[in-house]
Amino acid sequence: MQNKKEDGTKENIERNFGMPNPESYRKGIRFMKQAEKFKRPVITFIDTKGAYPGIGAEERGQGEAIAKSMFEMAKLKVPIIAIVIGEGSSGGALAIGVANKVFMLENAVYSILSPEGYSTILWKDSSRYKEAAEKMKLTAKDLYNLKVIDKIIKEPDEEEAFKTIVNSLRREITVTINQLNKLSTEEIIQKRYEKFRNMGEYREV
Amino acid sequence: MIVDKIKKREVTNVKNKKSKVDIPIGKWVKCEGCKEIIYKEKVRENLNICPNCGHYFRMHIGKRIELVIDNGTYERFNINIDTTNPLNLEEYPKKLKSLREKTGLEEAVSCGTGNIKGEKVVICIMDSGFLMGSMGIVVGEKITYAIEQAIKLKLPLIIFCVSGGARMQEGIISLMQMAKVSAALTKLEEAGLLYISVLTDPTYGGVTASFASLGDIILAEPKAMIGFAGPRVIEQTIKQELPVGFQTAEFLLEHGFIDKIVERKDMKDMLYKLIQYHK
Repeated sequence: MQNKKEDGTKENIERNFGMPNPESYRKGIRFMKQAEKFKRPVITFIDTKGAYPGIGAEERGQGEAIAKSMFEMAKLKVPIIAIVIGEGSSGGALAIGVANKVFMLENAVYSILSPEGYSTILWKDSSRYKEAAEKMKLTAKDLYNLKVIDKIIKEPDEEEAFKTIVNSLRREITVTINQLNKLSTEEIIQKRYEKFRNMGEYREV
Repeated sequence: MIVDKIKKREVTNVKNKKSKVDIPIGKWVKCEGCKEIIYKEKVRENLNICPNCGHYFRMHIGKRIELVIDNGTYERFNINIDTTNPLNLEEYPKKLKSLREKTGLEEAVSCGTGNIKGEKVVICIMDSGFLMGSMGIVVGEKITYAIEQAIKLKLPLIIFCVSGGARMQEGIISLMQMAKVSAALTKLEEAGLLYISVLTDPTYGGVTASFASLGDIILAEPKAMIGFAGPRVIEQTIKQELPVGFQTAEFLLEHGFIDKIVERKDMKDMLYKLIQYHK
């Protein structure tokens, strides 16, 4: 049933316990560029603990790969939809999250770091991860309120839940892509730009 | 060589003094490179470099401006903003307040315009003394604003990076600043303006994974530690010791991620030269 047009970039984040190496991001960029060339929209599915912290990953420029991925997404001429389907942790997740619209499954999480890592850095105590998880505002509802995501995809508590989720995702993707396809190339880029330009509220002093 | 000997003798004298009298607080500093106790003034006079072993001490914003910007030409952008404390952490605003009093800084970055040997540039300078130069909403917004000003004024952009990464205290909002700044840099590219990124010790996490790595030219200070994941995190993950020299500026140069290692004394000349080449 899936339309070819809807089938843009899809990171294989199953490998390496869901922790991509720089090659994954570079592959992502390659496919996004391909999608741009053939005027296909891009859909990314985010489910990662973060980019892999290893010797090889650093040697091959993990930071640069993530930076370039965001940079290229920010100026891509075709619509992008990002969907957080499980765990969206750190720069490794955001690297494929610079989209026109960001959806999130109701029970997925999206955060700066895992709660364990967060409590270690902030309180030097990894056992306080529960407290961290409560404070971090990482649920779909929190992120919707913070305007980090645009839509929550409900995950009903029923036997055929998976089917329901897939169906509603498909519907949302189709509707959104149809909307985004009506925009000019400049509008696609500019609207995406403005979305991230306005991330986070500050106050004048 | 003679100079080296003189320097060594001076340091030995310092050591002798140490055994006789108490080190006055704030006047002496231990060098992390050679572990010697050194008179702070000597370090300051020497561009914050250890006169004994050449170790680079970190540099505060004011000192960095002195190093690269023509005297009296730095004009800070008139953007005065504060965080909204998105996670409502109780201790965070208190921490910011006490840091502001202690350091005299408003935040972990200062952005403005200034001249480098007469060449006007937009410059952003980060400071490790303010929550390890971490990037939250204020740092993200100020750097984005600076990029927009560079476009408006048609000036080259220089960012001196030093950062532990995205600021934990502001959670996901800090993470989003990476995308915000990176997206702004696409506009700078479109405008065809030069962006030089200078990596200093330490540059990590969300800063490495955004604007630090996106310079048209990427410079670094000698032996600066630069990476995405912190060394401790990597060690814990792979359960083995890291190789000597891992994540140093020299390591990055070897792997093609930076273009040149520049000593402090040569930094201003190098920036000037690069600006000239791109005029």
